Amino acid sequence: MADVVDINCETKEVTTRPQTAEEIAAAEAAAAQAAADKAVADAAEKAKADAKAAAIAKLTALGLTADEVAALTA
Amino acid sequence: MATSTYNLIASQIVGSGGASSITFSSIPQTYTDLLLKMSTADSRSTPSVSDILVNFNGTGVGTNVSANYFYGNGSSVTGTTGTQIAFGDGSQGSIFGNSEVYIANYTSSNYKPYSSDSIAEINSTAGYQLLIAGLWSSTAAITSISLTPYSSPFGQYSTFYLYGIKNS
Repeated sequence: MADVVDINCETKEVTTRPQTAEEIAAAEAAAAQAAADKAVADAAEKAKADAKAAAIAKLTALGLTADEVAALTA
Repeated sequence: MATSTYNLIASQIVGSGGASSITFSSIPQTYTDLLLKMSTADSRSTPSVSDILVNFNGTGVGTNVSANYFYGNGSSVTGTTGTQIAFGDGSQGSIFGNSEVYIANYTSSNYKPYSSDSIAEINSTAGYQLLIAGLWSSTAAITSISLTPYSSPFGQYSTFYLYGIKNS
């Protein structure tokens, strides 16, 4: 396990030590939260892309050309 | 004689063993704002909005931190919220991303807003950009900042520079 690095800004002293069990647990919890945040962001991006694809399909079904659709969606 | 308004407080280059977190402690209270510049990499396969997590004053990772994002990947932009301060990581430990974080009025008794801009570039196969408007909802002056990568550790040669900005 990589060390925890602390830089004391007053003394410029740098200390390193192994992570404690609490710090490991906290990091894992934070990573889980970050993964959840990422999943929400990915889902929002996919929903947006899916909605755009559906809109293009409907426009095409109405008879718009590819260039006309592109002009609307660019 | 002109007074310097932009001073390096401390810096760190990660050694061969990597670092599970980087902490700037005992931050002097003599500046107006703080500027953090980072060049970092970790071991995850792709960068994301959540690569570097922040802990102010040892109060806990992400505690009282809220952030609004614009996250772009070159073809689309996504807005979201979270508790991260920046990303700036590359991939596979050998590709680095850059980040800057500006923390205004870090000694004031008001909540502390910050801004962050970051990029990650994956050897021309992908590029990511992130803008963050963040807030640490605490009235305490900032005396320490800890940074933890989403997937530890920070890779060797990751660099961290903390600057103090004076208004006079």
